[in-house]
Amino acid sequence: MNTGGNPQLNRHGELNHLLTIEGLPREVLTRILDTAAPFSEVAEREVKKVPLLRGKSVFNLFFENSTRTRTTFEIAAKRLSADVINLNISTSSANKGETLLDTADNLAAMQADMFVVRHASSGAPYLIAQHLAATGRDHIHVVNAGDGRHAHPTQGLLDMYTIRHYKKDFSQLTVAIVGDVLHSRVARSQIHALIALGVPEVRIIAPKTLLPTGVERLGVRVFHDMREGLRGVDVVMMLRLQNERMQGALLPSTQEYFKSWGLTPEKLALAKPDAIVMHPGPMNRGVEIDSAVADGNQAVILPQVTFGIAVRMAVMAMLAGN
Amino acid sequence: MKIHIKNGRLIDPTSKIDKPQDLFIAAGRIVGVGNTAPSGFEANSVLDATGCIVCPGLVDLAARLREPGFEYRATLESEMAAAAAGGVTRLACPPDTDPVLDEPGLVEMLTHRARLPEFAHVHPVGALTVQLEGKALTEMAELAEAGCVAFGQANRAIVDTQVLLRAMMYAATFDFPVWLQAQDPFLARKGVAHDGEIAARLGLAGIPVAAETIALATMLQLARETGARVHVTRISSAAGVDMIVAARAAGIAVTCDVAIHNLHLSEMDIGFFNAHARLDPPLRSQADRDALRAGLASGAINALCSDHTPVDDDGKQMPFDEAEVGATGLELLLPLTLKWGQEMKLPLLTALARVTSDPARILGVKAGSLAVGAAADVCVFDLAASFKVTRENLRSQGKNTPFLGQEFPGRVRYTLIDGHLAFDGTLN
Repeated sequence: MNTGGNPQLNRHGELNHLLTIEGLPREVLTRILDTAAPFSEVAEREVKKVPLLRGKSVFNLFFENSTRTRTTFEIAAKRLSADVINLNISTSSANKGETLLDTADNLAAMQADMFVVRHASSGAPYLIAQHLAATGRDHIHVVNAGDGRHAHPTQGLLDMYTIRHYKKDFSQLTVAIVGDVLHSRVARSQIHALIALGVPEVRIIAPKTLLPTGVERLGVRVFHDMREGLRGVDVVMMLRLQNERMQGALLPSTQEYFKSWGLTPEKLALAKPDAIVMHPGPMNRGVEIDSAVADGNQAVILPQVTFGIAVRMAVMAMLAGN
Repeated sequence: MKIHIKNGRLIDPTSKIDKPQDLFIAAGRIVGVGNTAPSGFEANSVLDATGCIVCPGLVDLAARLREPGFEYRATLESEMAAAAAGGVTRLACPPDTDPVLDEPGLVEMLTHRARLPEFAHVHPVGALTVQLEGKALTEMAELAEAGCVAFGQANRAIVDTQVLLRAMMYAATFDFPVWLQAQDPFLARKGVAHDGEIAARLGLAGIPVAAETIALATMLQLARETGARVHVTRISSAAGVDMIVAARAAGIAVTCDVAIHNLHLSEMDIGFFNAHARLDPPLRSQADRDALRAGLASGAINALCSDHTPVDDDGKQMPFDEAEVGATGLELLLPLTLKWGQEMKLPLLTALARVTSDPARILGVKAGSLAVGAAADVCVFDLAASFKVTRENLRSQGKNTPFLGQEFPGRVRYTLIDGHLAFDGTLN
């Protein structure tokens, strides 16, 4: 039963699961980024493998569709020499009425060592982690690969890795996050990570319909005017705008959204000249980002993907080592 | 059967008595209050209330018994045992059973099933609209004859305000009370938690306070138009309490209640997705909770109820937004009343009034009194003893509550219903 505790740290304050960035101390985040650095070199080798997870079984439990995240987790696990089993549960047992915990129990009985979980409900990986703890099986590690609107911690971490790669130091940066914060697990993880790593100014730029109530209390400055919000920033982090948000009462049209909050070369020119542009993918060109920016020399969107593998390797290696 | 309850501290909110007095019961009624027995009274049974409070049995304005329809979650037997163990001798049950309480036959069946001496008095709240769908009126006069004391929608809204107006007009024709929960279904759409800091952090869809105040504004306006006696169930926000107070000052006859959860908990208690805190109405901010506590103390909120909703483990072993709504509460009503009263530094008499005489008045029944001639519905509890909320200690089939593991003041020693000893805590 989930009784509301945060089960991701063990008694020694080490990561047992990675469920959220919220509450993780700066040292833990830095250690993950530091651990990821040598893993990005593994990819440069002829044999792209290290034996850290040899003999371990990693289950990718994707209750919601994903190509990129699932693939990068799979590559990360394979580069660590783990056995990887992919389950797209949206098309299997959940449709047959099996509950989330029944699914977890069955896979645990197959001697799983790690669950990588994506689910449409905020908090679903917590439920699994709490359940494993309550049944004496917390040697099985849970990695949150995106839960509802809540968190996507490995995305947040790979974004931090990318920023550190290009900007070296977090303590002087102004970072703007642009778009649908309300529905974004990525934004929540980014905000917590940026603040924990000491970024002095985190800005959020969005229309009021795409902001959660009281978002300022997460420690961010809110802007509705993109030009004002981008002025002088070092990093622009774009969010994906899902097509279904375009219908209904949140936004009137793609065109108006692009005009007000789409990242164009002209708006990007208001940021610092060496500002980098990030996007968690998949991009909607012409909706939240102009192709000229997405393919321009300030974009670091593809390096994000590459770094994502190293960061996921680091997270899995650290969890398995704790 | 003649019963003598001796050596207790008698608290009767109706007659404002709080002093050491004995109680004498015969043929299901109170026949004497004081230090000497009425002449010719010879007790068959003497109950020792030394060190205990003797007060009227509790009146709970919202307890779901899950019958008919949801017997896998609870049965009349299990929940009536819980009521007696909690000192609750009279309860109102919402109409959201399966089938819905919208036909006289169903109401008769329920009241008939509940008519056992050790069972609390059951007052069904009839459905205001057929199937609670908010479209067609129920046969209220027939339902009232079958035993309904009021008409309501449980926590389903009437979306069509013309239907709401007519339902209130029709109820007002017979002077039937209308019990309504104030939550605008559009603003609450898909919402699972208070639209505030915690929902923002956890990425949960929010239910804004405006969902309550807008629905409340509609109800109060229509109450003024129709003269219907409106009782607002489970108020959750500070703004809502202010509106009730203002409406009363403007001469609208409106009463309201609050649930134990909203009185003691806030959105903070969701922690990291605690499904026990998935409740309706949602747990709101700490400022809201403080206003509810003050409002109940001042009488702006008339009564405290358990909002007892047994949910089985499967219903709670789900991600927060998929988990079933509700918590068990019958056995927590007295301890949480006492805890609130102590924290607010209220006289016991005032605190107990909110779960005895005040809700009895809303029900429109003669109860919540220990005067001579009243039905012998009595709760005897030890204030110095505590009640620990564990799955084993709960008699209700619903074992899920956000208070699990906590310990509260007050343990029931005896519960009498119509002079029948329905619960004897000394046997444990």
